[in-house]
Formats: sequence, C-alpha cells, structure tokens
Amino acid sequence: MTTTETAPAIVPSFDDDVGTGRKLAIICSKGNLDMAYPGLVLANAALGEGVETHLFFTFWGFDMITTSRMHDLQFSPAGNAAMHLPGRDAHFPQALAPLPGVTGMATHMLKKQIAELGVPEVPDFLDQIVAAGGHLWACRMSADLNKLTEADLRDDVEAIISASDFIEKTDGAQLIFI
Amino acid sequence: MPITELDGHRIHVDDEGFLTEYAEWDDDLAAVLARQIGIDLTDEHWKVIRFLRQDFAEKGETATTRRVQTVGGVPVKEQFALFPKKPGKKMAYVAGLPKPHGCV
Repeated sequence: MTTTETAPAIVPSFDDDVGTGRKLAIICSKGNLDMAYPGLVLANAALGEGVETHLFFTFWGFDMITTSRMHDLQFSPAGNAAMHLPGRDAHFPQALAPLPGVTGMATHMLKKQIAELGVPEVPDFLDQIVAAGGHLWACRMSADLNKLTEADLRDDVEAIISASDFIEKTDGAQLIFI
Repeated sequence: MPITELDGHRIHVDDEGFLTEYAEWDDDLAAVLARQIGIDLTDEHWKVIRFLRQDFAEKGETATTRRVQTVGGVPVKEQFALFPKKPGKKMAYVAGLPKPHGCV
C-alpha cells in the first residue's frame, strides 16, 4: 500500500464540547416583515451550530409571536432610502412610497422573493427554530401595552417575562438587538 | 487537497476532512465517517443520507436542514436527534458532501 503520500486521518472537529456553554440572546424589537428576518436567520444559524439560543420579542417585534398578527407582517419602502427596484440599482422614489397599495405590493414582492430562496414565512420559521431547540420569550411591558395575554401568543412562547427576567436568563450570553 | 485514509478507504478531503470527490463515497464509507463523529447509523440516518446524496446529484449543492425537512421529509427536530448539535454539517460529512452553503 502506498501510504507515503497519505495524510493521517482528517476528521472535522465539530467541537461538540467546546460549544457547550455558548449562549446567544436575540432581542427582536421590529415588526416589519424585512426586520423580522435577520433575528430569525441568525437564531436558526446559531442553533445549527449547537449554540443555546433565546429570542425576546418586544415592542413591534411582539407581532411576530401574536397569532392574530404574525401572518400579516408588512414591508413598506416608506422611509427606507436604501430600497431599490428589484434587481436594479435604481432607488424606489420616496415620493411614491406612501401611496395607497405600495405597501401591499412591496410586501407581496418581498414574500415572493423570500419564498423563492426556500426561506419559510415568519410563523413557519419560528416553528423550525423551536424544533431546533430555540427558546421564545415575550416581553411583559409589550404584552401590557397591547393588552395581550399568553392566550394571544404562539403556544410555544415559554412565558411572558420582564426585561430583568430576560437579562437574568441570558446571563453570560452574547446579545444581538434588532 | 489532502488524501487521507480511513479504515482502508483512501479519500480526497478538504482541510477540515469533508470529502471532495462525490464518487469516492459508498455505504461502507458512510458508516466509517459516522463512527468518526460518534454516530451509529440507523435506518432513520440512512433516509437523510440517501436524500442528501440524491439531492446533491440533482442540484449540485448540499441541502440545508430546512431543505431536508421540506423536500426530504425529515423534520428538523428529528435531524437534531439523529445528528446532535450540528445536524447540517454532520449530515453533510457522513454523506460525503461539502458543508451546506445556504443560510437557511
């Protein structure tokens, strides 16, 4: 056997034990369709790397877990100067952004583009995150502001908790605010 | 690309140890690769591996955990049970494919 040019067995280091203890906390404070995704994509990626992940839904981000609203997040080009026409460098004219129907059209287009990438809609994405072991927490103040209770939220939201409780639960975690 | 030897199989791998030659993989090697990362293959594992191999042959890229659920029919929760902690990478490794590149 010609072993001279053969390297010793190379096996990926999945660092199963090294990853233990790493925690990620993601605060989702936005309820626009486009701003719902960054937290979900990061949470999903972190879980896939074996990182304990907690999401805290607060203010407008509360809509992401409110069953009557979570299917209906909207995307508007209004106030978003970075918005381009799809696939082009031209900007979407801000003067047109507030016109009736524009938000609906932009939402429809964004949902279509996201679906084409094989990325799930927000409720479905949260299903996947929970299946992967992610933890969902709802903000007490947001619940009170919206006059909502746990009955109004996804069943897999673990609890409505105060900001202090969340800080306590995520002791030692890396934190992302969106 | 280094050539490495695992249990009598001479294989081309990348720097991390993922196979780089689709054709060098076979069922026997899959069991060897799985043992390297502490997994004994069951029928459930094989369902995932067969899907990944076939999907790669058709699409030219490694399926993500999302795709293994929606197209391959194996729920994400089960993938985590079968390939603990890092299912995306571990499934790809055992199936002799590159790491998945998709974000979701």
